[in-house]
Amino acid sequence: MTANPWVRPYVLTGGRTRTRHRLYVHTLVAVKRYDPVSASRLSPEARRLYDRAAVGAQSVAELSAHCGVSLGVTRVLLEDLAATDRVRINDDAHTSPYDHSLLKRVIDGLRELA
Amino acid sequence: MAFASLPDRLPPNVTSAKIVVAGGFGVGKTTLVGTVSEIPPVNTEAWMTQASRSVDPLNGTDAKTTTTVAMDFGRLRLAQDLILYLFGTPGQPRFWPMWDDLCRGASAALVLVDTRRLDVSFPAVNYFENDSDVPFVVAVNLFDGMQTHPLEQVRDALGVAASVPLVTVDARDKRSAVRALLASLTNTMEKTSPVPSR
Repeated sequence: MTANPWVRPYVLTGGRTRTRHRLYVHTLVAVKRYDPVSASRLSPEARRLYDRAAVGAQSVAELSAHCGVSLGVTRVLLEDLAATDRVRINDDAHTSPYDHSLLKRVIDGLRELA
Repeated sequence: MAFASLPDRLPPNVTSAKIVVAGGFGVGKTTLVGTVSEIPPVNTEAWMTQASRSVDPLNGTDAKTTTTVAMDFGRLRLAQDLILYLFGTPGQPRFWPMWDDLCRGASAALVLVDTRRLDVSFPAVNYFENDSDVPFVVAVNLFDGMQTHPLEQVRDALGVAASVPLVTVDARDKRSAVRALLASLTNTMEKTSPVPSR
């Protein structure tokens, strides 16, 4: 599924290209409480992202790929959804990827598979 | 819309980490991501704006017409509250802005090389040596399960510093691929300070 090819990306984002928060491709996004009424008021692209995130916490990349919404547009729309309290952006995205307690947990998890 | 591969419901405080798998075209990035991932690797062309399948990149002389990008990512649930994402970089140099984006927030990088075609991975090695802060490890993909060159010979040919670990991997074998990922994370532990700098 791809986004509507006739609509330019800046129309979908209201002209915005940047987000206030750092949204990494692997940052997890989740829906706290799915609200169908609220969903019905969203643009088609934002609604696809909201509906998909309601299935379970997923990365920005997964949401972008599954909804056929380009990564840049996905970031802007997710931030809108977070600003209106529809989705929760995982705060861990703001801690260091080199945090040794995180690295140790990943290493321990992988060791069980090696 | 199609809900083909529904992710599990996750507890509220889930953490994600990311490892970037880089290297030239055809060195086994997609294979490695697919071997380790619990979901089929997502190959997405819809990432960049105006994904246009009608444009054949081989015919295009104008860089602006080739806005599609094929790249893969996979995911591995390591604990109830911990997910590891693997991102394979798009091979072509024109996607370097995308590499910057993929590498931001990565815990480690694995640069795959094929000893029969070392040159295709030169740009990736260069990138991590000069243009990225993400600690990296070079992994020699054993295509026929056989090591054809001593690792030190590969190191010389690639021109990578002695401080960069070199490992071998069979990208088709899950345990082997996981061990290569472990080597990349162990390297990051050694190269970074235990206390996060920010």
